Amino acid sequence: MATALDTVREYTGHEYKYGWVTDIESEVAPKGLDEATIRMISAKKDEPAWLTDWRLEAYRRWLTMEEPRWQKVTYPPIDYQAISYYAAPKQKERPKSLDEIDPEIRKTYDKLGIPIREQEVLAGVAVDYVFDSVSVATTFKNKLKELGVVFCSISEAVQEHPELVRRYLGSVVPQGDNFFAALNSAVFTDGSFVYVPKGVRCPMELSTYFRINAAETGQFERTLIIADSGSYVSYLEGCTAPQRDENQLHAAVVELIALDDAEIKYSTVQNWYPGDAEGRGGIYNFVTKRGACRGRNSKISWTQVETGSAITWKYPSCILQGDNSVGEFYSVAVTNNHQQADTGTKMIHIGKNTRSRIVAKGISAGRSDSTYRGLVRVLKSAEGARNHTQCDSMLIGDRCGAHTVPYIEVRNPTAKCEHEATTSKISDDQLFYCRSRGISEEDAVALVVNGFCREVMDELPMEFAVEARKLLAISLEGSVG
Amino acid sequence: MTALLEIRDLAVSVDGKTILDEFELVVGAGEVHAVMGPNGSGKSTLAYVLAGREGYQVTRGTIRFLGRDLLTLEPEERAAAGLFLAMQYPVEIPGVANMYFLRQAMNAIRKARGEPDISAADFMKRLRAQAELVGVPPELLKRDLNAGFSGGEKKRNEILQLLMLEPRLAVLDETDSGLDIDALRTVAEGVNRLRSPERAMLVITHYQRLLDYIVPDRVHVLVDGRIRRSGGKELALELEAEGYAAFQPKPAEPATAAA
Repeated sequence: MATALDTVREYTGHEYKYGWVTDIESEVAPKGLDEATIRMISAKKDEPAWLTDWRLEAYRRWLTMEEPRWQKVTYPPIDYQAISYYAAPKQKERPKSLDEIDPEIRKTYDKLGIPIREQEVLAGVAVDYVFDSVSVATTFKNKLKELGVVFCSISEAVQEHPELVRRYLGSVVPQGDNFFAALNSAVFTDGSFVYVPKGVRCPMELSTYFRINAAETGQFERTLIIADSGSYVSYLEGCTAPQRDENQLHAAVVELIALDDAEIKYSTVQNWYPGDAEGRGGIYNFVTKRGACRGRNSKISWTQVETGSAITWKYPSCILQGDNSVGEFYSVAVTNNHQQADTGTKMIHIGKNTRSRIVAKGISAGRSDSTYRGLVRVLKSAEGARNHTQCDSMLIGDRCGAHTVPYIEVRNPTAKCEHEATTSKISDDQLFYCRSRGISEEDAVALVVNGFCREVMDELPMEFAVEARKLLAISLEGSVG
Repeated sequence: MTALLEIRDLAVSVDGKTILDEFELVVGAGEVHAVMGPNGSGKSTLAYVLAGREGYQVTRGTIRFLGRDLLTLEPEERAAAGLFLAMQYPVEIPGVANMYFLRQAMNAIRKARGEPDISAADFMKRLRAQAELVGVPPELLKRDLNAGFSGGEKKRNEILQLLMLEPRLAVLDETDSGLDIDALRTVAEGVNRLRSPERAMLVITHYQRLLDYIVPDRVHVLVDGRIRRSGGKELALELEAEGYAAFQPKPAEPATAAA
């Protein structure tokens, strides 16, 4: 007789729901990377000379670097000359209003359930839409402008707020920080830019929706968020990509800067195409995300729900420089089929009385492998620093793996660091209990998993918590019934 | 009148070992039946087979519930058809609020029956009233399902689910274990409230004391996987006085087919 375990195995057969391709004319750069490619990208975007030079410097550093291999993921070597570094939907110029957006692109976002409109579903959320490498629309711009909040594509910011971009770009993640960050610095094509002026509490969620469409391209977006003294902003990114047999590289860089008494809340719902049940295709999500709590009493909070990608490899981090600054990391990483995830965070305590909190929940199903890797570093200067880390893993089935690799380095005797870790399985008892109350097996798995992740889900902005819950259910969905 | 539950010549094995054999039971609408037996007699197996738990292999016989072949239904379909099992060991589900779970269960059953979701207001109204009835305090409704509940709280909560889901057949598996006398009385009152001409109950218990409060129409004595005797409510008292020893199979008559 089949056990619940066998039926749970069927959950590994879920299908990706965002895997279609939009038929749209694109301008795609020839494959390959050299200085000419970078000059071409820079010229296309009409960038100032300092930025072209900045990119070239990054490229030269990248050439001297080696691709890191220490992470617990495996993938065949990436041929960086077989990737196209620029893809953009063909349109004469950036649409001036939302009505001018190419109907095919509009349809894509409608199909994804995030219509490009300024009302209805996403009322109260301003969205920047990034299609392949470029931003195609930003909503609620005028309303934000009244408050002095700048929310636009980074290409626009380079033109309109060059002083801010020049001052902060690369100030948290320098060009030569790591192999993928260097690559991104050389070739990034677009991304979002946010500046919240002193004392302003941004009245709505800011959101970017990333969509990879073109084949054999990489997506290298760059996001820069600056919260000036006493300001607050909540930002969310979502991502999907078509279903393709070959792997696609996504190497983004996100930099956050919080000045005195400022707070940035950064939430990610990542659902890049994870590959099929045999492990063919899928996105390589190699991303560098880092926030600097530069000011006193500043706070940066990362919340991520990671359900997609063939490989997820990232460590959203906080540099707690300002005294009394706070860093938080809440993460749910779901892996299924042959997905691999090596994710976690770094909390670097520099200022006095800095505090950090880490809650990481890993759910592994199928033949997937999930690793939490986290660093808590307390420097000598960080008098009275506090950290609490909690890592919980849940296994579904008996062919997946979960690993926890915590690094704790403490150089100040007044610091207090705590680390808790648990591993559990969805039990047959739990599933039977739910089913005996009328809840289907699929819903029961989703219910138990959502319960397991609740601490993290509670951190998501309300509008997206519902979506994220559904996404979790879909990621573990099977063909039962 | 057709029987609500009709079990005929049932044989059930677990890991190849026969637990229930030649088991017969017919429960009519409006009736309360008690199945009494010592530890290891197959009481919980009976409860789990009815609810459709995996790992309980039916090797022979039939179970009909409201005219349907119960054995072809998944556990959730059985719930939708109107069967409820109050469990001996309710399961903890961390992170899932008690009342959220209950509402999800109610709506799942309503959906399966083609009914619309219950409104939040109606749900709360009913929940508050029923919770008070079985002595489940409001804070317990907000806590994670069964997580850190005492034995008594778990059992009360099972009965609360029973009252909310209003099944046609309620199976109570050792609901009395772990309850003090006051709790036993409250729980029994809750169950009695549900008694109606359309509804039946199957009370599975080791001891007679629960039957002081939930008075059965019929009592069956289960020993070594078979019903050895059936009678009226006085049979329970007889059992209490004499114990199960009198019902043990004679050595000449092998109790089970296991060998």
